[in-house]
Amino acid sequence: MQKVLTGNQTVSWGVMRARAQVIAAYPITPQTTIIEELANLVDEGKLEASFIKVESEHSALAGCIGAAQAGARTFTATSAQGLALMHELIHWASLGRLPIVLADVNRAMAPGWTIWTDQNDSLSQRDTGWLQFYCESNQEVMDTAIQAFKIAEIVKLPVMLVLDAFFLSHTAEAVDIPEPEEVDKFLPPYEADLKVDFDNPRAFSGMTGVDIYQEFRYLQHEAMNEALTVTEKVDQEYGKQFGRTYGLVEPYRCEDAEAIIVTTATATSTAREVIDQWRDRGESVGLLKIRTFRPFPTELVREALRGVPKVGILDRNICPGFGGIFAQEIKASMYDMEEKFRPDIYGFIAGLGGRDITPDTINEILEKTIHPEKTEKHLNWIALRD
Amino acid sequence: MSPQIPGQITYDIPQQEIMSSGHLACPGCGASLCMRIALKIFGPRTVLCVPACCWAVIDGPFPYSAAGVPVVHCAFETAAITATGVRHGLDIRGIKDCTVVAWAGDGGTFDIGFGALSATVERNENIAYVCYDNEAYMNTGIQRSSATPIGAWTSTTPGEHPKEEPKKNLVEIMAAHRIPYVATATVAFMDDLTRKLKRIRDMEGTRLLHIFSPCPPGHKSLESDSIKISRLAVETKVFPLYEIENGLKYTLNHKPKGIPVQEYTRLQGRFKHLTEEDLKQMQQRVDYEWDVLDKRISLFA
Ligand SMILES: Cc1ncc(C[n+]2csc(CCOP(=O)(O)OP(=O)(O)O)c2C)c(N)n1
Ligand SMILES: [Mg+2]
Repeated sequence: MQKVLTGNQTVSWGVMRARAQVIAAYPITPQTTIIEELANLVDEGKLEASFIKVESEHSALAGCIGAAQAGARTFTATSAQGLALMHELIHWASLGRLPIVLADVNRAMAPGWTIWTDQNDSLSQRDTGWLQFYCESNQEVMDTAIQAFKIAEIVKLPVMLVLDAFFLSHTAEAVDIPEPEEVDKFLPPYEADLKVDFDNPRAFSGMTGVDIYQEFRYLQHEAMNEALTVTEKVDQEYGKQFGRTYGLVEPYRCEDAEAIIVTTATATSTAREVIDQWRDRGESVGLLKIRTFRPFPTELVREALRGVPKVGILDRNICPGFGGIFAQEIKASMYDMEEKFRPDIYGFIAGLGGRDITPDTINEILEKTIHPEKTEKHLNWIALRD
Repeated sequence: MSPQIPGQITYDIPQQEIMSSGHLACPGCGASLCMRIALKIFGPRTVLCVPACCWAVIDGPFPYSAAGVPVVHCAFETAAITATGVRHGLDIRGIKDCTVVAWAGDGGTFDIGFGALSATVERNENIAYVCYDNEAYMNTGIQRSSATPIGAWTSTTPGEHPKEEPKKNLVEIMAAHRIPYVATATVAFMDDLTRKLKRIRDMEGTRLLHIFSPCPPGHKSLESDSIKISRLAVETKVFPLYEIENGLKYTLNHKPKGIPVQEYTRLQGRFKHLTEEDLKQMQQRVDYEWDVLDKRISLFA
């Protein structure tokens, strides 16, 4: 079935197709229409779920944690301040090994108050042990939402489905919605192997001594590593059934590239156009889209960038005093590559607080990457006002 | 069961223990006794949602658990909402014949978890909430909470500066939510306690039991005095036993003897600095609060 859906509606329909059983959520722009649509779907009986209309995001995630511990498939959604308010429980969900799916509509952090997109909200949850998938289109949102539950339930880690405020959340596109029976085949009902069970009463998440805590962390880390292959496999399986795959990264026109620009989320679509224009002019430039921030596809990134002379990384986020967060990850991934294959890497910050990333932005980044005489290696601000 | 002989004393608390004896509570802990009794009444099909508090420790470290029923440990401020989530999760899986209990201290109830509790009651979620109230943050070393009574020493109301503010009135706040059922209890009045535990086991909607819970290390009292202190809390009118249905129907469950407050305070080192004058004021406050309650009871019986 094809339908014209906004990114937010797409999330809700994906969650419906995935048959989430317990939803707990609290409104915040630009996430609100996700939960309004879910409220409608539940109300109309199209989705058989309990929707707990909590008083805060903190309780939203805590409610999901309780429900997941009871063995239910759970979902929540938020943005920026809401995600930050959840932080304690963001850790809890992952260390508790609960396969909760959360949609984060990227919104810049206050102050000053803003509702527009950037990635600092989700990226500041980096070390919590959540998978994070950044989407480029509404179709990718739909497909990733369905995949997310499956991946989460296999690796027993929560997944954050990330989409740009407004550029996706409130932009309508034609979306192919997989048929329910097909999704049911792909994603069977959730069967938690450890859950609240009166025949086998256990205590979950209790006191943990110095003799064992580190081992729990090790297992969480290993699960994240396992998520690399699981994400790949689930994506392939999805492709076989529904005809669309995304990979963990997507190299675009990278053959024999002199320079590659690395992007995430909707900025990628703009960059594709620009790369096409440059290629048409005979310039050998390419694009690498990164879809999964966690697990970080280190090997795939290395493979894609190996031997490329120059790489420019577009970060719609900032680690203050250090630089772009994707740049940081990519540089760390390249550190032990043989020098002759290791690219010169330039970091670029653009589009914070929802400022448009236009073809000009991409052109400037490509120019500065290819002609780096005046380019700072570590960090370059694009379109910075005086 | 043998037929009851007329006049024979019976006691209908089940013999069977669900909680095991290897737990980590201090001797004389009111909270562990409450749980032992509560689990006997609730039975094995109970889920406990336990936030950070002494009970998070009492249950034992991984992989042990003294409770004998499923325990979902949760973040400090999330007892009510975690229980709500568990309830919804079990319901949607078709598992209805069980009791989901949030079991929290006074800090997790009156203070940090208050927002989530208020919202849970407002939505009338189908959970039982038990607050065992030892009147301070005991797990972290006896810091004041908003349940600490006026005049009490705690490690953050030390020396010359015992707590200056009166205890927050949780029961009235719950009643103002029109909660289906809220009641007070102590381990000194077993029949009353078990009746109330049965009530919150068998009802639907949000129901809250507020249990006064002596803490020998925190109250600086003798381990052997915990029951006595519980009894005196009631008989001095410091902690009256009553219940409120739907926020309006008040019932006094035990008519207190009106013993002087000093009989209660003198057993607890946390009050030892109180002067004659302080005690006089405390008595006046207790009498005043009792009068208010008494009026409510006669108005809304
Ligand atoms: C967010 C957060 N803040 C602080 C703490 C530390 N903490 C753990 S238990 C506790 C006090 C608990 O007091 P109460 O709820 O009265 O239970 P009790 O220990 O007295 O049984 C505190 C402050 C925590 N675990 N989480
Ligand atoms: Mg306490």
